[in-house]
Amino acid sequence: MKTGAKKKNGLIYLQDVTTLHLIDEKCIGCGMCETVCPHRVFTISGRKALITERDLCIECGACSQNCPVAAIEVKAGAGCASAIIYSWLTGNEPSCDCSGSSGCC
Amino acid sequence: MTENNNSCCPPAENPAKPPGVAESCCPPASSEQSCCSQELITVSCCPPKEVTACCPPRESQAEIAGYSIYPFVICWLETPIGKVPQVSTQLDWADRRGSWAMRWGIGREHYQVTPGIYAVGQPDKKSPLLVSANYKLSFDCLRAALSGINAWILVIDTKGINVWCAAGKGTFGTDEIIRRCKATKLEQLVSHRQLIVPQLGAPGVAAYKVKQETGFSVIYGPVRASDLKAFIRDNLQATAKMRQATFSIWERLILTPVEVTVLRKPIFISILLLFVLSGIGADIFSFSSAWQRGLAAVTAGITGVISGCVLTPILLPWLPTRAFAAKGALLGLISATVLYLGPYRAAELSGAVSLYLLVIAVSSYTAMNFTGSTTFTSPSGVEKEMRIAIPCQVLALLVAGLLWIGAAF
Repeated sequence: MKTGAKKKNGLIYLQDVTTLHLIDEKCIGCGMCETVCPHRVFTISGRKALITERDLCIECGACSQNCPVAAIEVKAGAGCASAIIYSWLTGNEPSCDCSGSSGCC
Repeated sequence: MTENNNSCCPPAENPAKPPGVAESCCPPASSEQSCCSQELITVSCCPPKEVTACCPPRESQAEIAGYSIYPFVICWLETPIGKVPQVSTQLDWADRRGSWAMRWGIGREHYQVTPGIYAVGQPDKKSPLLVSANYKLSFDCLRAALSGINAWILVIDTKGINVWCAAGKGTFGTDEIIRRCKATKLEQLVSHRQLIVPQLGAPGVAAYKVKQETGFSVIYGPVRASDLKAFIRDNLQATAKMRQATFSIWERLILTPVEVTVLRKPIFISILLLFVLSGIGADIFSFSSAWQRGLAAVTAGITGVISGCVLTPILLPWLPTRAFAAKGALLGLISATVLYLGPYRAAELSGAVSLYLLVIAVSSYTAMNFTGSTTFTSPSGVEKEMRIAIPCQVLALLVAGLLWIGAAF
């Protein structure tokens, strides 16, 4: 799978891990997933969304949240070790104290 | 300043705290200027020393006892929904100091702006309406990016958390936007029905639900506020580049201080523990060896923290392997080598191996924690690497501890 420019600068994470799933029959090709995805995982082709950069998916959940026909499933969350440790220790959903840690916007 | 606006002073009798009003009293301003100038001004809740040109005396306006006006509020604009604070698009030294404090993890829980509607420039019914989080760093970043633009900013309550993190938690979310839209009576403020929401807020916002509930269409803006001017100029069209999250060396570098400062408590406890462990030996406990060997162990620990929290983020794209724990371990190995071939040449083998393992384990763990600050890691991926890395890190620390104590006998 090609990973474009991101692979060149090394900012690509583990492969074959994402829980992202697109239900092709439900897709109406509105393009919302392509718009909201911060890593350009989707491409719209012939009135259907395609997952073209699966390994760039960070499971943020923006696509499934904004899909008007619920055609996208993903186990969304933060890719954050301390959130996962918190979840392991407490049995709660992963949650991190991440105020301000992602830049200013 | 519009001709119908004759006041720079605070609003109305609303008992609830209006936007533009901070919570505490501040000292009198040192540099009172015209309230209607676009220049930076400092206002205070205390009566001004003298009344400046276009402002009526502030006492004549309904100020709320116990509140002060945010220093970034220039004027109050008359609108169909009441007075709206107009904010400066320039950041002053206090904004910069606040931003610096955030980067060092100082007072991050309380760096907030009161939610509500704000104005930039001289917006009217047709001006774009942008949604922001109430983390002051986010708000500052947004207003600074809008110089020369006339726009409305709807600040929603994200509990002082930035857009991206709050969207992940759902506080920058559909329900809060709907609630805030209705409470603010936006339909009276603007004639269009479009809300510009930052793209990184999308994980918390279902655009079609906002439309159903409020009649406002959510238009996702660019990832970075710096692209907003171009986005607005091009009729709310974002280029592919504007839609892509980046993680440049500068973006990584400004995150490193906070990586260290959030760890100050565990670092402090670990230092104490290392001194105590270093004192254990043939004489049961020796204070002189606690000090001497303790210093060597603490130096190793701090080297590990710097390697994992600072060097790994900076060198991220150039380090081989994709797992952060592995990147950190590798850099820890290099850092330990630099350290122990230099000033801290270890005396005996088991002590040297122990300190090597300590540097590597700490560097690996702290590098792994940096996953939470990046823009390109997935929870499934982080969990996968942690299932392998954490047992290795724990094992390395145990072996390091046993060897370190053993070396003292």
